[in-house]
Amino acid sequence: MSAPVLETRGLRKSFKGFTAVDGVDLAVQSGHIHALIGPNGAGKTTLFNLLTRFIEPSAGEIHFNGEPVSNLPAKAVARRGMVRSFQISAVFGGLSVLDNVRLALQRKLGVSFHFWRSARVLDRLNEEALTLLDQVGLATLADEAAGALPYGRKRALELATTLAMDPVLMLLDEPTQGMGYEDVERVTSLIKTVSAGRTVLMVEHNMKVVASIADTLTVLQRGRVIASGDYHQVSRNEEVTRAYLGGGRQGGAAA
Amino acid sequence: MSAFPSLRTCGYAMLLFALVVAPWAGLYPVLGTKLLCYALFACAFHLLLGYTGLASLGHAAFLGVGGYVAGYGVKMWQLSPELALLAGLGSGALLGVVMGFISIRRSGIYFTMITLALAQMVYFLCVQLPQTGGEDGLQGIDRGRLFGLLDLHDDLTMYYTVLVISVAAFLFIARVVYSPFGQALQAIKDNEPRAVSLGYHPNHYKLIVFTLSAALTGLAGALKAISLGFVTLSDVHWMTSGHALLMTLVGGLGTLSGPVVGALALVTLENKMGALGAGLASLTGFAWFSTLGESVMMIMGIVFVLCVLTFRRGIMGELLSLSRHRPRKTA
Ligand SMILES: Nc1ncnc2c1ncn2[C@@H]1O[C@H](COP(=O)(O)OP(=O)(O)O)[C@@H](O)[C@H]1O
Ligand SMILES: [Mg+2]
Repeated sequence: MSAPVLETRGLRKSFKGFTAVDGVDLAVQSGHIHALIGPNGAGKTTLFNLLTRFIEPSAGEIHFNGEPVSNLPAKAVARRGMVRSFQISAVFGGLSVLDNVRLALQRKLGVSFHFWRSARVLDRLNEEALTLLDQVGLATLADEAAGALPYGRKRALELATTLAMDPVLMLLDEPTQGMGYEDVERVTSLIKTVSAGRTVLMVEHNMKVVASIADTLTVLQRGRVIASGDYHQVSRNEEVTRAYLGGGRQGGAAA
Repeated sequence: MSAFPSLRTCGYAMLLFALVVAPWAGLYPVLGTKLLCYALFACAFHLLLGYTGLASLGHAAFLGVGGYVAGYGVKMWQLSPELALLAGLGSGALLGVVMGFISIRRSGIYFTMITLALAQMVYFLCVQLPQTGGEDGLQGIDRGRLFGLLDLHDDLTMYYTVLVISVAAFLFIARVVYSPFGQALQAIKDNEPRAVSLGYHPNHYKLIVFTLSAALTGLAGALKAISLGFVTLSDVHWMTSGHALLMTLVGGLGTLSGPVVGALALVTLENKMGALGAGLASLTGFAWFSTLGESVMMIMGIVFVLCVLTFRRGIMGELLSLSRHRPRKTA
């Protein structure tokens, strides 16, 4: 087994006495799709915020690619290749669909501070951006305003934008939440496709999705890891069955 | 793409044409010059508010200091007008970096309060420093010759010089908004956490745009000082910042042309108030109307309330949404 791309030790976060993340040891293997499940309020989003350095941990360490990142600012972690999406869809509503993706690509051109140049210098990114949009089925909507897209499409755009960063590790917070059946299928297979050569850590409530694409599962409850392993190991775990899957109800969305 | 120029291009062409011929159609050139200076001021202010959502109440400091530096340079060191303008621009930028550095970490009302507090410090400094002339301000600033060639003492030459500089500044702002930097700014305004997750550092972008806005405001202040010949404490007073906000809101937030239209409308209104009041007084027989000229603040307050209550998108915002709701003839 290769070294974990992401590892935490004793990660903890308290909000004014309430401990949302409580001593989490997590190891995400390189190349895996790793699902993080657990009831609402278990601390999954807070854990994501800690990993991507959006909030300060109360205690504990984070190692990414073998290096400690616990002291880096959020943008630096992102630049090293740990890129997150958000639970609430996060597109730039005032920009076009194409511009959303170009925004993730433009930093590497080194022109992002060039206020004296026309945005037309970004046109050389169009081909790459359209390829990414095509991957998520949005190429024909490239000129639409991102804010006007329906919900499922916004999530797809978010995925394309995240991919544009060419991330080593993608952190997806409930990528299929609020989607219709067809969109769920499309996004699931999309995640599977784009995970080639990358690592994915995703929060997911839909157990069908988890069962079909996750290599590893970690179950979080009240801020603690109560089980970790592949789907069969975890679903046989009694504590998990009691706490989360609700006694044999395995197929539905347990939230 | 249509072969015909767009509605927007036509609008700008018409506005520019109107400004070019205005002195020949009866506009008093000195008033025209003042209009343009305020339009530039409003555009500079809007570069910050419209594209970051940060409402500064500190812009009077940049306008006033830009004016004082330019005026002082002309009076004491006999600076040529072009150098005085540069000095105004530079001092606005310098003060902008400092004030921006302190304030952009905050947003919303806290940002507004910090900019206001810092600008008040600048105000009291201007009251105390002998170089500003205290209550008297700087008077009799000589316009001089631009590049040693153009004699600015002629009001028309002055007007067209200010027009050229204002148009250039406006084009610069349009470029900033449609640059790679402007794209990043829009993204940060739309969703700051997402921009961070894509590796952007929002504060760097905000500080740059704050500084650009302050520099252009300093330029507006210098232009005003040189063309009108004086700078007073009212230029650094916080109500001048409020004026910029009002011009922007009346003209329309989030549109490039909004602040120009708002400035033209309000400065004209302010200037015509006395005549308007006298007219109304003789028309209706109410002597009270003739005092309108002295109650500029009250009228501005009423305009502000009307704007907030009835046309929240401002003049340009309402016009644009009207033209959008009209059915299109071609696809
Ligand atoms: N900024 C915050 N301040 C106080 N409590 C918070 C904050 N963020 C999250 N929490 C609390 O931490 C717990 C975990 O929240 P969250 O991580 O969003 O759960 P999940 O994503 O697993 O549903 C919740 O009880 C939530 O109320
Ligand atoms: Mg959550």
